[in-house]
Amino acid sequence: MAILSIDGVDYEVEEGENLLHAVLSQKIDLPYFCWHPSLGSVGACRQCAVIEYAGPDDDRGRLQMACMTSVSDGMRVSVSAQHAANFRSSVIEWLMENHPHDCPVCEEGGECHLQDMTVMTGHSMRRFRGRKRTWRNQDLGPFIGHEMNRCITCYRCVRFYGDYAGGKDLAAFGSRGRMFFGRFENGTLESEFAGNLVEVCPTGVFTDKPFSTFYTRKWDLQTAPSICPGCSVGCNTFPSERYGKLRRITNRYHGELNRYFLCDRGRFGSHYVNHETRVLNAGISNAEGVFEFGDPKKVVNRMASKLSTGAIGIGSPRASFEANFALRQLVGLENYCAGIKDEEFSVLKESIETMRQGGFSVPTLEQVEQCDASFILGEDISNTAPRLALAVRQATRLVSYELAGDAGIPVWQDAGVRGHAQHSRNPLYIATPASTRLDDIATKNSSGSVAQLVELANSIADLVESEAYGDDFASSVAKSLVEAKAPLIVTGSSLESVELIRAAARIAKALQRRDGESQLAIVPSEVNSFGSALLDQGVSLSHALSRLESGGTVIVLENDLYTRTAADVVDRAMSASEFITIDSLETPTMAKSKCVFPAATYAEQTGTFVNYELRAQRYFQVFEPTGEVQPSWKWLVAAALESGRNDMAWSSQDALARACAESTFPQIERIAPPAEFRLADGSKIPRQTHRYSGRTAMNADVDVHEPKTSVDTESPFSYSMEGLNPGDQNGATIPYSWSPGWNSNQSVFKFQQEVGGRLAGGDPGVRLVEVSRTCSADVAKRVPENAPVSNGGNGSLELVPVHLVFGSDELSRYSWPIAKRTPAPFVLLSETDAERLGLQSGMGVRVKNGTVSVEVRIDERLASGLLGVPKGLVDWMESQPSHVELDRDPDFVPPSELEANVIARG
Amino acid sequence: MSIQETKPLIGRVEEIGGRVSLTDYESGGGYGGARRALTEMSPEEVIDLVRESDLKGRGGAGFPTGMKWGFAKDEPPTPGAKYLVCNADEMEPGTFKDRYLMEYNPHILIEGMIIGAYAIQADRAYVFLRGEYHEPYKQLTKAIQEAQGRGYLGPSVLGSDFSLDLRVHLSGGRYICGEETALLNALEGKRGQPRSKPPYPPASGAWGRPTIVNNVETFCNVPAILRYGAQWYKDLGLTEDSGTKLFGVSGRVNKPGLWELPMGTPIREIVDTHAAGMRNGYKLRGVLPGGASTDFLVEEHFDLPMDYKTIQSAGSRMGTGTMILMDDSICPVDMCRNLEHFFAQESCGFCTPCREGIPWVEELLAEIENGTGCEGDLEILDQQAAYIGGPGNTFCLHAPGAMEPLQSALKYFREDFEEHIRTGKCPYQRGRS
Repeated sequence: MAILSIDGVDYEVEEGENLLHAVLSQKIDLPYFCWHPSLGSVGACRQCAVIEYAGPDDDRGRLQMACMTSVSDGMRVSVSAQHAANFRSSVIEWLMENHPHDCPVCEEGGECHLQDMTVMTGHSMRRFRGRKRTWRNQDLGPFIGHEMNRCITCYRCVRFYGDYAGGKDLAAFGSRGRMFFGRFENGTLESEFAGNLVEVCPTGVFTDKPFSTFYTRKWDLQTAPSICPGCSVGCNTFPSERYGKLRRITNRYHGELNRYFLCDRGRFGSHYVNHETRVLNAGISNAEGVFEFGDPKKVVNRMASKLSTGAIGIGSPRASFEANFALRQLVGLENYCAGIKDEEFSVLKESIETMRQGGFSVPTLEQVEQCDASFILGEDISNTAPRLALAVRQATRLVSYELAGDAGIPVWQDAGVRGHAQHSRNPLYIATPASTRLDDIATKNSSGSVAQLVELANSIADLVESEAYGDDFASSVAKSLVEAKAPLIVTGSSLESVELIRAAARIAKALQRRDGESQLAIVPSEVNSFGSALLDQGVSLSHALSRLESGGTVIVLENDLYTRTAADVVDRAMSASEFITIDSLETPTMAKSKCVFPAATYAEQTGTFVNYELRAQRYFQVFEPTGEVQPSWKWLVAAALESGRNDMAWSSQDALARACAESTFPQIERIAPPAEFRLADGSKIPRQTHRYSGRTAMNADVDVHEPKTSVDTESPFSYSMEGLNPGDQNGATIPYSWSPGWNSNQSVFKFQQEVGGRLAGGDPGVRLVEVSRTCSADVAKRVPENAPVSNGGNGSLELVPVHLVFGSDELSRYSWPIAKRTPAPFVLLSETDAERLGLQSGMGVRVKNGTVSVEVRIDERLASGLLGVPKGLVDWMESQPSHVELDRDPDFVPPSELEANVIARG
Repeated sequence: MSIQETKPLIGRVEEIGGRVSLTDYESGGGYGGARRALTEMSPEEVIDLVRESDLKGRGGAGFPTGMKWGFAKDEPPTPGAKYLVCNADEMEPGTFKDRYLMEYNPHILIEGMIIGAYAIQADRAYVFLRGEYHEPYKQLTKAIQEAQGRGYLGPSVLGSDFSLDLRVHLSGGRYICGEETALLNALEGKRGQPRSKPPYPPASGAWGRPTIVNNVETFCNVPAILRYGAQWYKDLGLTEDSGTKLFGVSGRVNKPGLWELPMGTPIREIVDTHAAGMRNGYKLRGVLPGGASTDFLVEEHFDLPMDYKTIQSAGSRMGTGTMILMDDSICPVDMCRNLEHFFAQESCGFCTPCREGIPWVEELLAEIENGTGCEGDLEILDQQAAYIGGPGNTFCLHAPGAMEPLQSALKYFREDFEEHIRTGKCPYQRGRS
């Protein structure tokens, strides 16, 4: 610790930290542009100038850029000194020479960091008389708008996109006063993290294109703390609403998880909330198969009448923990199915059991970034959990901080660290069936079938124990992991192999037994997969569907069974029994159901999701749904009450959570404060900032009398701008980030204990299962023992699932920006198999004697003998046997060069 | 003393009367310094000798060479390479001294680099050459091939166990790449933007390895120091700086050119004796002593000796020692505008004051020159010169360098600026020559 005097006041700060970080951590305003807590300092913008005094007798001092100055004990600086203030104002004057005066029509307006900094420095009079520099903008694809005239050349975009996220197609071009930031030519930005440019850019160069398409003023958005439903990482988000529509998603800081960045599935995947096929009313299908709406009570009665007949309930890993619990309560555990494919459910159960036993740690993303050697086994996290992949990418930079430290370069001096470390990286080994978007930084890659990967992982575990290293891939991995201080193993459920989870756990435990600090992250496929598995099930999905083939009733909760299993299996069940489906979108399952109920999406209700670390997190209703739409559990409760059940008389979300806590995990109740929660002054927390405008005019075209605002009795939030968002309240209850003078997301430092640290009121979420690292569990026996590994032989190909960040997730596929990036159906072939079969990229193939043709893509890393089948695009995993033979379709017309082809593999 | 002893840099060129071939160079005692270093001395002894000679960097900053070499030598012996880099990106307006050395006496540079590389124990060296220097490129690559053929370069230099691979890298052509860290970035294939310091190149330079960067002329001084000793070298200088220097003059003199003269030769002697005085009808008004990025010196300074300390205390810098003269027919406003145009063009675009400030300055100067300057413009220029030129205000020294001629012109020729604004036109007639 060091004592730092800022304008005559002493503060205790971290020695060696940069001065800007230290000043902001004391919540003192100091303008900046190029610095970013996750990107470090480069000293480009010269905006954070302060005066540093040489000693107690120095009364002149000298101008220093705070971001490039290391804090030392006894240091004396001034932020308010006139000379520094004048210089800072002068920096704005320079930037304003060329910045356009288009603020009234700029998408950044209202949350523009440049605008904030301009006001903060006091610059207001224009003296520059020259012409402004102008640019031609680029089409960067469906996610990102580009308006280069607004650029102030802070370099943050390329530093995030290239240096931090590993993107290759955004760069700084030109020099002097003609710096251009863009692609080498028009085209979709390839990186799945491109959306962060919107938040990283301090002004309106890179903007959220879908938001701009249906633009609304930023200060008129209503927000609440939420959780991204896109994958199992559980990134914290702020969905924003205006006029009953979800407008955009922005990052909600969580110190242990997503911190400052989201992936593009998360940022652009929620527009399904506004989808045209949203179901708004409860209905019953008549004899002609047409839904009759208008009498929800009747539909509830029908559901109630079926309850006594032993109806089956099929839950969903994309529904809230509470909704699944309510369904389980309604039908009883013996009739309750989690709604997950049998193989995957076994993997989830095995994963949780493994974590329960312990013998390793389950890392947060923050901890992942501190792991000095990583092994990714079987799971393409760059597509199934992109934010985790971004954290792994940062972990490979640890050695560069070490090298920099040895050379006396502070870790925050970003360009210096990178220049000094050059290509030095921590070990990262990836063993997956096909290529991944982390391959560019991997020490070594290996490909193989599921059985081969299991065998490989078991060999690694054996080698960790024996240290009998050879010079093969397994030995390299084992040796790197053994030598690491904090080795990380990442695996997941997407290959649906229990053996793979066991083998990964064997490695983690073997490492832990060597006094290591081993970390194991198991990535399930959906937002609440682990929540579903924790609730268990009395009947498997295949069993449930086969039971339904002989009649009966099933209540399907927020689940499209056609995405879970082969279509003919679902068809048989649907034709024989009565389906009552509660969902938000008209999915194929819902379209064929007898009764349908409109469910609220995650943005329209409050609930809990359990992420990959078994962290339960609360998401809150952002806006009230329209029509008869309500949280699905309320439909279940209505039916239960109708049928005379009083064990489910839950009048509110809190009551449901309490019941849930009582019969499952008591922590559920502690995740976030209940509806009664009030701030010290007795106020609620507003969903609208006090800049919210025009409320009185919103319905003036209908009625000049302002309608009464809705009263929220179910959460600590209000549907108004009245109340307080002080910033130090429970971290789960921050509805937006705003602070006086800080209208942009940069205001988040006012909500943190220190810049880039924990939220002042604690980072949200509670782990439902604490993993004991010190557990003495033995390294389990090798299963299977020396399994025969074969690839089917005689020319057939083994199907292996492949996941796509845009296209494999069910709900985000309904989000129009994501749909634009979802590729046409294709399969992946290895180079050898393509050659053997006389196939080339762009040709069409079908399963021998099949009817559906898809495009061939070559994956340079796919092991021969495998056929990669993209989940969500091609249903062969469900509809075909494990091995297939292919026929070329000579009449196949390859899909045109869609924007969607940009990110896909092959 | 022989010509080579009074003019160690280009004495041999004078003796031969043209380009010095390898044979010419060897027959004049060339590569004797390298031989002595490699066969008789330890690397430490070489560094000590150079330190003792008080050789200062000839690129402009005047940093003691021996001390710089010592930094790289002192680097902990981490495994991996060290690099020696010759800064031959001579892009300072008015400067052509390195070009002369490389075109006429390339082996002296190679010999200097061999000694330098041996001193810091680098086995890989680069010459970072200005992109437009086609003739030096030709001469230098030829000389390197010759030197390789004679065993001065390659796996076993002069039969010792020291090896040196010397390569020429032709620059893409940006002034900023003469800034040593921008040079290193460019050498690595990255954008030619300066790096923040620390780390300094001797600790972390090319590809993150300890790296010494010296100017062409600096290296060319080294062989003679090895041959004739430190004391001889110190005695060459007329004032407290050691050795000789290539001084150049461009402007309206009778004999513009380049001469090797002792350090500390007075400005007036260089102009009047060596450049044969001003052309008829022209009066010397101001001197940029060491290139475009140095402050103007005026009449009161013309008797000062050209050495680092004296010129610095006169408010300017000796820089490259190649002066640009401003005579009484040249409009100082227009000259500044022209210079600022150059500096604005050559900004790398990284930091705000340089990227946005210099073009504004250029624009204001153009308006003043064109008669559309406004009252208050000089105050803006004063402020810009202070903010853009202030120490530490910008990322590197490009912008402060750009402000040096301007701020001194505003000081010494202020009435010219004021007259432009007052009368709404430029009082100088152009095209008089």
